[in-house]
Amino acid sequence: MRLERRAHAPLHLIVIAPLAAIVAALFLAGGLIAAAGVNPFGAYAEMLRGALGSRLSVTEMLTRATPLILTGLAAAVAFRARLWNIGGEGQFFVGALITAWIGHSLSVPGPLGIPILMLAGMAAGALLLAVPAYLRLRFSVDEVVTTLLLNFIVILFVGMMIEGPLRDPLAFGWPSSVPVDGDFRLPDLVPRTRLHIGFLIALAAAGAVWLILARTVFGAETRAAGLNATAASFAGISLPRTLMGVAMLSGALAGLAGSVEVLGVTAGVTTTMSPGFGYAGIVVAMLAALHPAGVVAAAVFVATVFVGADAMSRATGVPSFIADVVVALCLLTMVVALMFTTYRVRR
Amino acid sequence: MTPVLELEGITKRFGAMTANDDVSLTLGQGEILALLGENGAGKTTLMNILFGHYAADEGTVRVFGEELPTGRPRAAIDAGVGMVHQHFTLAGNLTVLENVMLGSEPLASLRSARGAGRRKLMQIAERFGLPVTPDARVSQLSVGERQRVEILKALYRDARVLILDEPTAVLARPEAQRLFETLRDMTKEGLSLIFISHKLHEVMAASDRVAVLRAGQMVAERKTADTTADELAELMVGRKVERPVRRGHLIGSPVLVAENVRVEDKGEARLDDVSFAVHEGEVLGIVGVSGNGQADLGALLSGLKTPASGTLTLAGQDVGQIGPRGMIRAGVGRVPEDRHAEGAVGELSVWENAVLERLRSPDFSRRGFVRTAACKSYAAELIERFDIRGATPDTRTRLLSGGNMQKLILGRCLSIGPRFVLANQPTRGLDEGAISAVHAELLAARSKGAAILLISEELEEAVALSDRIQAIVKGRLSQPVAADDADARKLGLMMAGVWKEDHHAA
Repeated sequence: MRLERRAHAPLHLIVIAPLAAIVAALFLAGGLIAAAGVNPFGAYAEMLRGALGSRLSVTEMLTRATPLILTGLAAAVAFRARLWNIGGEGQFFVGALITAWIGHSLSVPGPLGIPILMLAGMAAGALLLAVPAYLRLRFSVDEVVTTLLLNFIVILFVGMMIEGPLRDPLAFGWPSSVPVDGDFRLPDLVPRTRLHIGFLIALAAAGAVWLILARTVFGAETRAAGLNATAASFAGISLPRTLMGVAMLSGALAGLAGSVEVLGVTAGVTTTMSPGFGYAGIVVAMLAALHPAGVVAAAVFVATVFVGADAMSRATGVPSFIADVVVALCLLTMVVALMFTTYRVRR
Repeated sequence: MTPVLELEGITKRFGAMTANDDVSLTLGQGEILALLGENGAGKTTLMNILFGHYAADEGTVRVFGEELPTGRPRAAIDAGVGMVHQHFTLAGNLTVLENVMLGSEPLASLRSARGAGRRKLMQIAERFGLPVTPDARVSQLSVGERQRVEILKALYRDARVLILDEPTAVLARPEAQRLFETLRDMTKEGLSLIFISHKLHEVMAASDRVAVLRAGQMVAERKTADTTADELAELMVGRKVERPVRRGHLIGSPVLVAENVRVEDKGEARLDDVSFAVHEGEVLGIVGVSGNGQADLGALLSGLKTPASGTLTLAGQDVGQIGPRGMIRAGVGRVPEDRHAEGAVGELSVWENAVLERLRSPDFSRRGFVRTAACKSYAAELIERFDIRGATPDTRTRLLSGGNMQKLILGRCLSIGPRFVLANQPTRGLDEGAISAVHAELLAARSKGAAILLISEELEEAVALSDRIQAIVKGRLSQPVAADDADARKLGLMMAGVWKEDHHAA
């Protein structure tokens, strides 16, 4: 048996690959659910009902999908350029922290303040990723290590800030930062639910990222540099500049995720506000085959698993950690599925 | 002659493409058969079928009269067929002996069998005149030595029929000559050989018989003694091919001038005290054995490396420090040595590669947005003008053949009317049709007044295209000689580093 490279990855395979990966991941996780003594089909039905069964659950799921779209875009942008940004979680948190910090004391009208706070969150995320990107350019330091480890530093830093200078005195000892001013909260998209206009901002970001990647000189240079750095630099494309540009864009997107989550949902920052949005963004990007439109669909799927798993857990007693297992398995099965879109098996 | 090998009616299709169409072939005992054809003619497919890597859709393979089951390399090996691939299949971290034994001896007993293996290897090496050091690590061997190990590996498995796929593609000319002498000696020991090639001169020099494949079909078989290189070229390409001829004309003022340039890599000199001048309407050829600084000279003129000392000027302006983008802006066209690694991004479309160097020019983008329609129509023009076959603007570049990819790269740098062109091994690995096309384009650019620096390892090419020639040896350049006065002997001596070091006096 040997693998033969395909001339073109056929379109139907590109669409089928993530679906097959999801089915395979659900099948494997189903084994664990069965081992816990529950019928997997029943469990998955509960999961679907929990995430999509009512108007409220759908809005809840989309609320959860919002930061996932943004962290998914962050990972997709970086991975396309072979910048292995595993630091989405950290960038999410600095974005959130800066937003809450400035948003607590900023005194400008709401419609002006919201964009300012979002830009601040984006800048924080961008700067946080600029450091590992620079270290890679200057000293060839592996960014997988630096971005991953920065996550822990950032979360500890957030913990320190919300225990100390940014502690919310009205939170009754609950470790949370001061909240952003009420004027800066994002308006609801659907009344009496948590779904806020941040979802539209995330969709717009997906559109913008698509435009940048597909239509701009920067996008074209990034693609060339990611696919063949030697040829790109021979053609006069500056690899350091491209890489820094990608790092800024990727970090800004993850920072925006944190900012939007604070403005739209939590108001204050806690160390538990993210169930791993940054890491799940990597899975989202992979399931999307790094395509911005796919990111939206994949984020909706992962949000369905996250939200649905809680309902499933309540109904069947299977621990809700199964959501993390499904998402992690999706990453592995997607990598395998991607191989089959690029190669064909010959006997 | 008793046929040791017979292929009969072999047909192999890949999707809609027929790679081999009813091909029949015989090989006699002790014969050297050259399988000649352009890239993509189906030579390698045919040999892969013979060797069992592919299963033929139709047809049979018989070795020593016995039919081989299809699709089983092991069966071919057991029947005494050995294959030496173009890209070696050796493990660099193992020794010669281990590599030779790997695959033919059970791995578990490798250690105990080693004594016997060593004796057998030395016996074979002696008998066929292929000296080796069994305990040397393969990673430390030269390319020619590695090829010898590949051949020994086949012989160790008692091959009596040996297939060599483009054996000289990786060899310098003296090594290639030595290889063919060795092959000739090996036939006296009872071996029969097929070698695959698209180089006419080596087919003429080394084979007894030639089989010509074109577009998957066997178009001719000739005794080598009864044919000529011209006839073979015509058979191979399917039409009369003539390499374009350089005609003398006025040479203008100097365009690109290097004075005492030194290029370093990690503090070590790669180019040392290099001086040359390329004039308007002139081709300056740089010849030399591979690995003598050609890569660094190419990198210097592409803008990828900067001079540690000395100056590089283009029309009087210093261009030593301006980088690849600066070079492109200054009107330098660059054909890189390795088109796959440097010339084009295989996964991008033809149009994206066509504009890659000039994405930021107003022709191709406005306010940071790519003008896709303009880019595609430019790519379509290049395809038309430079006869890039099998391409549309949206084709993925890696699907182009080597020759057509080279035409794309050449088109990209010639279409802007460059003042200076660097052509670094512009025809390496190309077939006869593509070579003449590339030569014609370079000479056309010369007629338009471009200054061209040609780096080549092919002497015929350098002599045919260049007005003047300098040799590069260990990072230093000889004095230029007029190409019309240069013969193979003189150039050979220059390439060996025999020239008068008189430029300090001059």
